[in-house]
Amino acid sequence: MKALLTAGLEWIDARFPLTKMWNEHLAQYYAPKNFNFWYYFGSLALLVLVIQIVTGIFLTMNYKPDSALAFASVEYIMRDVEWGWLIRYMHSTGASFFFIVVYLHILRGMMYGSYKKPRELIWIFGMFIYFCLMAEAFMGYLLPWGQMSYWGAQVIISLFSAIPAIGEDLSTWIRGDYVIADATLNRFFALHVVAVPVALLGLVVMHIIALHEVGSNNPDGVEIKKVKGPDGKPLDGIPFHPYYTVKDIVGVAVFGIIFSFVVFFTPEMGGYFLEPPNFVPADPMKTPAHIAPVWYFTPFYAMLRAVPSKLGGVIVMGLAIFVLFILPWIDRTPIKSVRYRGLLFKFALFIFIISFIILSWLGTQPATQTLTRLAQVFTILYFGYFVFLGVMSFISPNWDNVKPVPERVTS
Amino acid sequence: MKRLILVFILVLPITALASSGGVDLQTANNNLHDKKSLQRGAGLFVNYCMGCHSLQYMRYQRMGDDLGIPTEVLEKNLMFSAEKVGELMTISMKKADAEKWFGVAPPDLSVIARARGVDWLYTYLLSFYLDSKRAIGINNQVFKDVGMPHVLWKLQGWQVPAPEEASAEGHGHQGAGLVLKNRAQMDEKKHHESVNGYRRDVRDLVNFLAYVGEPMQLERRVIGKWVIFFLVIFLIVAYALKKEYWRDIH
Repeated sequence: MKALLTAGLEWIDARFPLTKMWNEHLAQYYAPKNFNFWYYFGSLALLVLVIQIVTGIFLTMNYKPDSALAFASVEYIMRDVEWGWLIRYMHSTGASFFFIVVYLHILRGMMYGSYKKPRELIWIFGMFIYFCLMAEAFMGYLLPWGQMSYWGAQVIISLFSAIPAIGEDLSTWIRGDYVIADATLNRFFALHVVAVPVALLGLVVMHIIALHEVGSNNPDGVEIKKVKGPDGKPLDGIPFHPYYTVKDIVGVAVFGIIFSFVVFFTPEMGGYFLEPPNFVPADPMKTPAHIAPVWYFTPFYAMLRAVPSKLGGVIVMGLAIFVLFILPWIDRTPIKSVRYRGLLFKFALFIFIISFIILSWLGTQPATQTLTRLAQVFTILYFGYFVFLGVMSFISPNWDNVKPVPERVTS
Repeated sequence: MKRLILVFILVLPITALASSGGVDLQTANNNLHDKKSLQRGAGLFVNYCMGCHSLQYMRYQRMGDDLGIPTEVLEKNLMFSAEKVGELMTISMKKADAEKWFGVAPPDLSVIARARGVDWLYTYLLSFYLDSKRAIGINNQVFKDVGMPHVLWKLQGWQVPAPEEASAEGHGHQGAGLVLKNRAQMDEKKHHESVNGYRRDVRDLVNFLAYVGEPMQLERRVIGKWVIFFLVIFLIVAYALKKEYWRDIH
């Protein structure tokens, strides 16, 4: 039997680099041995991507992308399709969990300087993934064809009309109609189900290839490849498989428990994952009194509303995402990890995190004068983080050289 | 002019769509495990509501199976317009007619409990009162200038805004600040029975709508416990495996 398997593998290896790929990416991919809690979210993001693709495939088997049938087809899935409710709740909960996991994954990168040389491209691919994910979530949210689907899309697409000269024509072109309509639903379905997932998968592959080319960062921000043993393997590195595969399975189990708790016990998550107004079918004649996007867009929505002019708001919102792309060239300090950076950086990062959380809360609230004022303050603080890092690096690239960075990883 | 009035009638209820009219919502305290309550709610729904409101995503048979109603009882007592138990709980009133009669077509109520919440529905059904200023003669504290008549008046009786000094008494019994019109003719016991009887009816009805909003919800919680139980066992095994492998690292 064993001889047969070995012969089979040899046959494949002569035609396809199976063993080579297995070794390069798993069995002989050396990862730092000191990964902590924050390093679960990469593999978890991949898990959620798989959940979304698999449940998505099954949803499309019964969903109807037609403005007259869409809402009813979702209820049909919830009631008449065997296990349809589970597939749908996994998909709707998965969307929110995707953002939770990705936000924590991005935060990890910011804390340990994983965007810095030589990992700038990993970071950029990652930001493109985040960007695609937002497009994917936005278009997916239109599909249930509820009031929030409809009016949320109406508000967001009308933002394009703020662009001078071409704005109105552009937003009509995106919608395929003068308002959100059947044409919009059809094209969003196509983009949500085919175009964006294909782009996402491609980007994820590039993200991982780039990562495995340069090797993973770690909580100490030291390069393990600098210190190699006589066998040429990093002394602080361990093969990804089996060590991190078994470790990530523990992460998968914990994630599974939290995810299942939401899916089975509180799929609406208090109106944050599934908004109550979205159980009213889309009606172009009735504008809801309060339109709020889903929670993962609210920080940017709060920024949009914080700026008095519509065009200004759109620009600020776009910049808020763009500035993340160029973070590797804003923060020039060679020290990567927050562990060896000074109090000033720690304080700035803390303010940034707080601003992001408060902005996401503000985006769910009606825009009163006080709250708009608050949103303005925290929008400034959000950008303040990048300005601070950029200015400090400009003055002196080594400004944050306060603690000595060890040669080897610490734990 | 006629058009203008029509537009006005159509737009008015919309403005009140998302609000609760500034009235504090009362807690419905409904219990989805109470089969009797759900059955009574189903009975009330088909008798009082289904003339105008459909449950177009719900099937009679599903309702019967979930609520423990035998097929014969279902066919005899709960199915007025449908012929087969597998049919959806639709109504025959046309949307265009309904709009002519009520200003707006009565919405389908399949997922109304998920859109509005049970407390809103509960308080709404307690808060109808006589209002001579309106053409239909009634109004609602939660949904101001609603197009829907007080269909359950036979169960509740008519309410009127309470006089200033009596409003404290009205609160917590029926709609806040409302009293039964014939309160003076009732002794304490009869009033109590009448108020509590109607509250129970509304609670049953709201309970039924909560069930219809998501028929799977009780079963999903049961399944969820098993799924999480399995995952906890899986976590223990996975953790033990990780520890075993990582022994040679630390």
